[in-house]
Amino acid sequence: MKKIASYESLEKAALERILIIDGAMGTMIQLHKLEEKDYRADRFADWKQDVKGNNDLLVLTQPKIIQHIHELYLKAGADIIETNTFNAQVISMADYGMEEISHEINLEAAKLARAAADIWTRKTPDKPRFVAGAVGPTNRTASISPRVEDPGYRNTSFDELRQAYAEQVRGLIEGGVDIIMIETIFDTLNAKAAGFAVLEVFEEKDLELPIMISGTITDASGRTLSGQTAEAFWYSMRHLKPFSIGLNCALGASPMRPYLMDLSKIADVRISAYPNAGLPNAMGEYDEGPTDMADQIEPWAKDGIINLVGGCCGSTPDHIAQIAKQVSKYPPRKVPSIEPKMRLSGLEPFVHG
Amino acid sequence: MSETSAAMQFINVGERTNVTGSAKFRKLIEANDYQAALSVARSQVENGAAIIDVNMDEGLLDSEKAMETFLNLIASEPDISRVPIMIDSSKWSVIEVGLKCVQGKSIVNSISMKEGEQAFMEQARKVLRYGAAVVVMAFDEQGQADTIERKVSICERAYELLTKEVGFPPEDIIFDPNIFAVATGIEEHNAYGIAFIEATRQIKQKMPLVHVSGGLSNLSFSFRGNETVRQAMHSVFLFHAIKAGMDMGIVNAGQLTLYDDIPKTLRDLVEDVILNRRDDATDRLLEAAADFKGEGGPKKSVKDLTWRKATVEERLTHSLVHGITDFIEEDTEEARAKAERPLHVIEGPLMAGMNVVGDLFGAGKMFLPQVVKSARVMKQAVAYLNPYMEAEKEAAGESLGKAAGKILMATVKGDVHDIGKNIVGVVLQCNNYEVIDLGVMVPASKIIETAKKENVDIVGLSGLITPSLDEMSFMASEMEREGMNCPLLIGGATTSRVHTAVKVAPNYSKSQAIHVLDASRAVGVVSQLLSPDTQVDYIANIKSEYEKVRTNYLAKEQKKKRISIGIARDNKFEINWQDYEPTKPGFFGPRAFENYDLSRLVPYIDWSPFFSTWELKGRYPAIFDDNKFGAEAKKLYDDAQQLLKRIVSEKWLTANAVIGFWPANSIGDDIELYTGEPRHTSLATLHTLRQQMARDPNRNRAHTALADFIAPKESKRDDYVGGFAVTTGIGEEQALEKYFDKTDDYGRIMFKALADRLAEAFAEHMHQRVRKEFWGYATDENLTGEELISENYKGIRPAPGYPAQPDHTEKETLWRLLDVKNKIGIKLTESYAMWPGSSVSGLYISHPESHYFGVGKVERDQVADYAKRKGFTLQEAERWLAPVLNYDPASSKNEPAKVA
Repeated sequence: MKKIASYESLEKAALERILIIDGAMGTMIQLHKLEEKDYRADRFADWKQDVKGNNDLLVLTQPKIIQHIHELYLKAGADIIETNTFNAQVISMADYGMEEISHEINLEAAKLARAAADIWTRKTPDKPRFVAGAVGPTNRTASISPRVEDPGYRNTSFDELRQAYAEQVRGLIEGGVDIIMIETIFDTLNAKAAGFAVLEVFEEKDLELPIMISGTITDASGRTLSGQTAEAFWYSMRHLKPFSIGLNCALGASPMRPYLMDLSKIADVRISAYPNAGLPNAMGEYDEGPTDMADQIEPWAKDGIINLVGGCCGSTPDHIAQIAKQVSKYPPRKVPSIEPKMRLSGLEPFVHG
Repeated sequence: MSETSAAMQFINVGERTNVTGSAKFRKLIEANDYQAALSVARSQVENGAAIIDVNMDEGLLDSEKAMETFLNLIASEPDISRVPIMIDSSKWSVIEVGLKCVQGKSIVNSISMKEGEQAFMEQARKVLRYGAAVVVMAFDEQGQADTIERKVSICERAYELLTKEVGFPPEDIIFDPNIFAVATGIEEHNAYGIAFIEATRQIKQKMPLVHVSGGLSNLSFSFRGNETVRQAMHSVFLFHAIKAGMDMGIVNAGQLTLYDDIPKTLRDLVEDVILNRRDDATDRLLEAAADFKGEGGPKKSVKDLTWRKATVEERLTHSLVHGITDFIEEDTEEARAKAERPLHVIEGPLMAGMNVVGDLFGAGKMFLPQVVKSARVMKQAVAYLNPYMEAEKEAAGESLGKAAGKILMATVKGDVHDIGKNIVGVVLQCNNYEVIDLGVMVPASKIIETAKKENVDIVGLSGLITPSLDEMSFMASEMEREGMNCPLLIGGATTSRVHTAVKVAPNYSKSQAIHVLDASRAVGVVSQLLSPDTQVDYIANIKSEYEKVRTNYLAKEQKKKRISIGIARDNKFEINWQDYEPTKPGFFGPRAFENYDLSRLVPYIDWSPFFSTWELKGRYPAIFDDNKFGAEAKKLYDDAQQLLKRIVSEKWLTANAVIGFWPANSIGDDIELYTGEPRHTSLATLHTLRQQMARDPNRNRAHTALADFIAPKESKRDDYVGGFAVTTGIGEEQALEKYFDKTDDYGRIMFKALADRLAEAFAEHMHQRVRKEFWGYATDENLTGEELISENYKGIRPAPGYPAQPDHTEKETLWRLLDVKNKIGIKLTESYAMWPGSSVSGLYISHPESHYFGVGKVERDQVADYAKRKGFTLQEAERWLAPVLNYDPASSKNEPAKVA
């Protein structure tokens, strides 16, 4: 299978420096205080149900806003920008009755990000920019029952997820993304279905893209929502031979560190991290400023535990610019070679060999 | 590697969850008893199985369905699913179903070249894509390998295909070179044991990264019924196979006899068979076998049940925390027998256990799947109690089967996250609450419509994203507008107690908005809200807690953002004066009341603050039922009553009051008082301060000053204002001297507390007389004591130095107007405190829309203007207003934020 043309330059860039991933899309969209009518625009003026909050739809109805946000992040120094497609799978789109346009959203989102990245690659040819197709978790979980009294019940299935993801990934690749980014993983089984779909689509298109994988540790127990430790999570995802593994969202930067350390020690691929700008305060605002956040992230670079870094909820171009500035003086983590052993997992890791 | 460490590294794969190997498990699955089937899995893990093998290959079973059901159930049992799963089937379709159910990295058991290389590689590719390791049987187109040579060569061929063609990582390959039955009487079978062991040695030599595994139960097939011999055979076989490099085996982890524990004679006989050391080995073992039957049998699995020795309360907590259902009914029954009513078991020990779960979860010591399990244990306990509770209801003549309460739940408009809400929903259902779940993205109108139609007891809102916070505030005001009066619960990742207290609760005054931290707290909150015994108190506590949160928040947060006084004035509290006719008071000027009858004040005492003086939190009279300090409160109250009787009957205190009324109109932020009608001559000016906090421009909330409640001069309405000062502190010093020993702290504090309460009661009493008789703007008022305490009357009596007018110096004007010092003897100290301390003073304002509020922090521009109006220097004004300054007077001038 042939590799996408940009694969090599991405690998080269990752060898040279810590790569910068962009920051929050939702936070930036919120600043525009869009109303129902803005979400709809003319095309969906008569849509059967409310669509406010369907941020992914904005690539069709407010493309200028989305492209502008991409450009702000590129200007701030992002090497990799993520498409605005976090929820653009048929499963999540069903909430808005928009299953049928999910492919179109992915395609257009990828094109928007592609165009923005290309402008900046031309401006700074020594710093090529890459587009990562964002593949979110969907709003369902394949290994958790939504009914406590019926723990064997599931409101989705591996195959349903696999198909939804495959459709998304097709749209993203057709729109020109360089990377597939499976992110904010709170149920590893969903991510495994996404990974399965990604490999299927690669095969179908006879084209391989780098895969980035990013999980989410949701609470103080240091586990994903579905109960896995960071190490167990890595073993569940390792077969995808990803470009990078890492963590994003949920926690702010500081509390993420111990789990990044865990991954850094055992993963023989690059490590990515894009935390929230702290936790939302009582009013739902993120008040960790650019320097606050960058000061927490800089030690990761200094201690050599990361290869790619960026921001999630609450981060802005200012945050990204500051992070980029502060980590630029350090080399990327050296990817270690890990002793081959049988590494299995349930909720916890099991290593033997 | 030494032998011991090799043995220690040996992986026990639990084999009891295998329908082909365990008749017991097969029967459970056939009977659909998955609960018991899960217990089998759990005991495997507890007994040390590092991996559990799950096999559903039984002709009459729908194996795919059984595999899916069982693995989904295991996923919800964190004490089982912490270990990897071995998905075991001879049918690829069953394996594939299994692979779609596990989030961990599992092992497929097994694939082989039985149907040729193409099918083999196809399956291997799928296994890789699903992210699993794989067991490869030494099996090819010709059949299962039985000799050393065939075993090794098949494994080598498979290895080449897997690593070179498929790209399978060698460390994820596990070979199973087939363990066949020995000692069958057929001569060729005698070498099967040693063939496996020797093949293992060679495989590990040639392909060091792979693992070798085998299923042991076949080995001793010919000794069915003689467990002693079978276990000895397994043990001996493993002893040698592990030394040769066998890494893992499908064994009953709870029943392995230790090699050294096998009687020497038996061990030698078995060893001869396994290692094929002599031709007559089988005969000798068969001959001796009968002697060992039933002896030194397999060790029984022993669970640690020491926790069973604890008290029933501790046992219930243990079961809840560990998600154990085995004893829950037995323990619940024991608790029920002890309790007065079955409900008390839920409210008492079971809730206590759930609180422990909540705390552990909060501390990160439990994670979500475990909490969900606890909820299920809780449900079982409640289900057990239900018939008793219904019998109780029936006996009491109540209707049967009624849910404990009806709760409507929804994720708010614009938000699609519902996992947390679903968990709360089921936890509540587990506790016998009826839950109506409207799903996600539910608009306010639908929530309210359903809540009304279904007559729900509580509405619960959930949301994860930050814009949902605004939607929740909006929901609260909509519920207010629609006249709803049931409690509103707020939950979800970004919600907080502070946000609920500051932004949600104030919009919903008809009931209470309450933040619920996490799912484990939901039952506690709901049960307190719905129990007639606790609801009033609980809501009152929440109200006062949230009031504190708001005050703190305003003090901290609002400090940052102020608007200019000009803009604040443009947004004053608007009253339509044209449609309002102020009532003229019965007299103008001051009137004093001396030696007022104390006994008339007693019914106006608000006892709740009395208890808080003693740091007993709670509302009177419910505080007497408080578990913690109810008894203490009662004793205190009784003592207070006795003392109060003496104070009143022996006239220890003198109660004096002075009240007065004047014609008044507001001019800007000041209130001008006149000597009489017509309003030609100004008598005095009362100064007020205006709120300056920056507010959400979309929300139309005024920036209020007390002056807004008085008709402005330009309205041409004749309005009025009153003033008062009351005291019950005269004689206090003398009484303390006369009746209390210097060391009697209790008595002295009690006396002072009562004097304070009486002063407050006096103010309340006089205010009522003012409303009904002296001013007479509410002659038809008829309020109970409780309604008085909750300030349900028209008009207000704001006091200088309190939030609506933080400037104490305004008392000076009041003192002059009422001639307080001469008429009733209350003096002002140099810092404008009243002496004696048991005194209350303030203004009377009568407009029905007038209300208490907090001015909050003020900016430099208002302070400068206020100083000018009061005739103070800026420094003087800043000194008196120091607690409410939003700036540091010492720092250079800073402009308030401009808000359009």
